[in-house]
Amino acid sequence: MTRRRIEPLVWLTFSGGGVTAAMFLPVLAFLFALAFPLGLITPPSRAHLFDILHNPLTFLVLLGMFTVMLVHAAHRFRYTLYDGLQLKWTWQIAVICYGGALFGAASAFVILGGVF
Amino acid sequence: MSGNLTLRQPMSTWWWLRKRTYFVFVMRELSSLFVAWYVLFLLLLVRAVDRGDAAYADFLDWAGSPVIVAINVVAFAFIVLHTVTWFSLTPQAMDLRVGGRPVPGWQIIAGQYAGLALVSGFVWWLVTR
Amino acid sequence: MASTITLSVTRWRPDRSMPPGPQEYEVPLRKEWTVLDGLNHIKNEIDQTLAFRWSCRMGICGSCGMNVNGEPRLTCGAFLSDYAPGPIRVEPLANFPIARDLIVDMSDFMEKLPRVKPWVIRDDDVTEIDGEYLQTPEELDAYKQFSMCINCMLCYAACPVYGLDPDFVGPAAIALAERYDLDSRDHGARERLDVLIEHEGVWGCTFVGECTRVCPKHVDPAGAIQRYKLKAAQQTVKAFLLPRAMR
Repeated sequence: MTRRRIEPLVWLTFSGGGVTAAMFLPVLAFLFALAFPLGLITPPSRAHLFDILHNPLTFLVLLGMFTVMLVHAAHRFRYTLYDGLQLKWTWQIAVICYGGALFGAASAFVILGGVF
Repeated sequence: MSGNLTLRQPMSTWWWLRKRTYFVFVMRELSSLFVAWYVLFLLLLVRAVDRGDAAYADFLDWAGSPVIVAINVVAFAFIVLHTVTWFSLTPQAMDLRVGGRPVPGWQIIAGQYAGLALVSGFVWWLVTR
Repeated sequence: MASTITLSVTRWRPDRSMPPGPQEYEVPLRKEWTVLDGLNHIKNEIDQTLAFRWSCRMGICGSCGMNVNGEPRLTCGAFLSDYAPGPIRVEPLANFPIARDLIVDMSDFMEKLPRVKPWVIRDDDVTEIDGEYLQTPEELDAYKQFSMCINCMLCYAACPVYGLDPDFVGPAAIALAERYDLDSRDHGARERLDVLIEHEGVWGCTFVGECTRVCPKHVDPAGAIQRYKLKAAQQTVKAFLLPRAMR
């Protein structure tokens, strides 16, 4: 029987995060990072955004999305460091990258949960 | 054939500047940094919304400041690169068959862009209504 | 069209008296000549000490792979006129140790290939069958593309991951493993997965895709590797969810 491996599951999460980032980040980035701050489109009221965020479904969806996107970024950046900078400290890089993603996911849980 | 009788030539640190496809590949991989940036940025937004009207207004001011706008313009370009390259690579990574016949790559790509339009439309509507 | 073109060819001797360096030769610029024809002209008429590999001169044996102007090519398929007015840089195939001049040491690939068990593995004890194994055209189509590999190793020369980490199993070996996994006569997928699920198996690949771009036989090793990753991930999920079923 094949030994159980974590690498394939990390890769699956990386792929899920990639799809999520590809589908959701363009519109989110355009609206919240460019259109609203620059006044190209009238920003929504704080109350309206609060209503959306207050929904438990929003909490679950956003938490899931942020987590997989962070794992995606960590996984890809880890390999960029290996190949691009040819750094050989393999396990240290892995700990920093995935540890960072975990820290980010925990922060997301706290921040998203704070809306309740 | 081994050891002293052969010569290994190490790869240059700048290998990725030698060919356009290598360069685009490294840029694509670096987009991961900007994905992480946007997660951070959006979490800061959520926190500001949570804290009240003043915090939200301050966030929009901060997000509109020249430095942050510059970062976000660059980040947006990288996010677009991620989306475009991700969609174009998907057909190569999967063997999709319908009724025993392989689905042409362009249909898989078009399907993803349709999904992108749907998702974008939904989020836009949800946020601006 | 000019009558000659310059080939700037890497020379190196294992006595290490000099580092590898280019030596320039003028060869006739004939419309139907390839870089390989140019090299043979050099060896026959100008400098018989030049060492290089070649055989079929028609793109099927995979012997004549070299870096032409920085790009891994089969020199029998690289026409001089395409590079005119030149000069053309001819270097040994990248990412492999140089043995002499344009000849590289392929022993790493020769060691990796049998590791992925590129042959039909059966799970029955049958040693002789009456007739042949039957296969429909659809079953052949499933793996045919990956069976086109001629082991020329241009993909290894193009792969930056292999260049940076020679432990990586590499594009051709994984594409050949996939070729047998997809073959309806084969039952060896589990054995190959055990080899390729290692870190230096499929997971080292970051889908640069250059291997597919340089492959002269349109095998698409990059696609094979990504599909293999998905397969390995599906197997792992099944193993977690249904451990009994995997025994």
